[in-house]
Amino acid sequence: MDESKALQRWLTARAQSWQQLSRTLETFERNRSHSAPQALQAVEIYRSLGRDLSIARRALPSSQMTRGLAERFGRLHAIIHRKPHDWRARLRTLFRDEIPEVVAGMRTAILWVSLLFAVSTLAGWLLVRAFPELITLIASEAMINGVEQGHLWTEGLFNIAPPSLLSVGILTNNIVVSLTAFCLGIFFGLGTLYIIGFNGLMLGAMFAFTARHGMAGELLKFITAHGMVELSVICLAGAAGAMVGESLIRPTYPTRRESFQHATTQASKLLLLCALLLIGCGFIEGYLSPDASFPLLNRFIVGLCYWLLMLSALTGRLFGRRPTASIDPPPPLFRH
Amino acid sequence: MSHITIQSITGVDIELRIAGAGSRSYAFVIDWHIRLLLAMAWWIVGTVLSGGFSHWFGSGSKMSGSYVLAALLPALAIYFLYHPVLELVMRGRTPGKRMAGIRIVTRQGDLPGAGALLLRNLFRLIDSLPTFYLVGLATVLFTEHSVRIGDLAAGTLLVIDNATSEKTFARMGGATTDSRLSVQSIDLIHELLERWPELDDPTRNDIARSLLAKVEPDLSAAALAGLSAHELQTRLKALLP
Repeated sequence: MDESKALQRWLTARAQSWQQLSRTLETFERNRSHSAPQALQAVEIYRSLGRDLSIARRALPSSQMTRGLAERFGRLHAIIHRKPHDWRARLRTLFRDEIPEVVAGMRTAILWVSLLFAVSTLAGWLLVRAFPELITLIASEAMINGVEQGHLWTEGLFNIAPPSLLSVGILTNNIVVSLTAFCLGIFFGLGTLYIIGFNGLMLGAMFAFTARHGMAGELLKFITAHGMVELSVICLAGAAGAMVGESLIRPTYPTRRESFQHATTQASKLLLLCALLLIGCGFIEGYLSPDASFPLLNRFIVGLCYWLLMLSALTGRLFGRRPTASIDPPPPLFRH
Repeated sequence: MSHITIQSITGVDIELRIAGAGSRSYAFVIDWHIRLLLAMAWWIVGTVLSGGFSHWFGSGSKMSGSYVLAALLPALAIYFLYHPVLELVMRGRTPGKRMAGIRIVTRQGDLPGAGALLLRNLFRLIDSLPTFYLVGLATVLFTEHSVRIGDLAAGTLLVIDNATSEKTFARMGGATTDSRLSVQSIDLIHELLERWPELDDPTRNDIARSLLAKVEPDLSAAALAGLSAHELQTRLKALLP
């Protein structure tokens, strides 16, 4: 038979089934829980479509029809290779197993970033104590004037905005700072270290400045309830950024791109938990911290309990991880 | 245009054409306008409903809670969450990407998961630096697969979504065995007629003449040269089964 005629016969026979493809693929894409017959149907279509595409590529290499078949074959490939979708199980695995493993792999980075934060806080304290005029670089004029007149800037927070709005504003700001600290890790970790160092300097400087006016106790009282977790989370986000930076400086995969992708994917899991913790901090800071009538001891208890809750979440115990499981060595985040 | 090839278990390779800076920018500009307009529309309606423009702020220096909750926060949420939410819901597409004919896939050609899409959007913080997405644009121009930093982090690519319509298959199926034209010629004629309005006059006339010379050898070169654009189109249509 003439090749052209054979091709026409083949097209006539197959075109009918191709016309149904888009609708079928759309159904497969939308529905995330397929039955066994549906899965078998998808695999069967995949096979036959592969055959058709192979023939079309040979017979009509650059035709619209071949491009259309290739597009549908690609879509079906993606559907068939899609991971099983069970968001409850996925979240359970993420919080119970994956995040603790990421944290375990980042222990050294967390330690170094926390040390940097502590050192920069101390440096901020010493600098402003030795050169008080440096506070003008960090604090606004209104804040400085307020403290010099014996009023901490946190006193009037309830008058500026209702607690709900205050909380939303604070938690949004904290989340943005943490995410920025993480993302800036792309500049070989330097951006992250700058953010951590600058935040430490600011904290130390503010304490030194308020201490000069006998108000450091008031500031400590304000930050006790939310600060323990908030500062810890900033260090965690910084460690995640440092991990991203290290993946670029010392790639542990064949290429820097792969190493970077692996590091960001792993670290972003921890960032999700950080964001959730910061939401809690925002509400404490918006509702509880500005309340002058709330005693220091109670603030300390709230802060400590929340910090312990954070610790149990980071180790996975909050989500049912067995204590022995955390002893296992973490997966190779950094393969040397 | 660069492309990536993915091997499938059937032995038939999947070729994905990578979207370049042009398609990306086109999609982004459309999306940016949509989200800006939506956010502004919500802000205006929310402001009116929460007490009108003269009541942005309540008494004293305290910000009006109803204004923030009804107008400001939802408008900001629309503007900043447009991409992550729509990409999740529309499986790697947004209205702008759909109009530009592109979609997000993983480097293995799969549909990206929620984590990858969120991570991709998180790195807009860096890609948008210092302004007008200059960092993102620079990385798109200089990376192998035209990706921005968010794509590098999430392991995603933007590929051309070749949305060939069902009509293509229908008309090829209609290329019956008794047609005197080859399937290849029928395909070419269909494609030319489809793209007829997009092509400029000299180009489409040249292509039409060369096609007609091939399938109608009786027509002399002089006769072909004398045919107008409309006549060429009519003759091509008449050839189809």
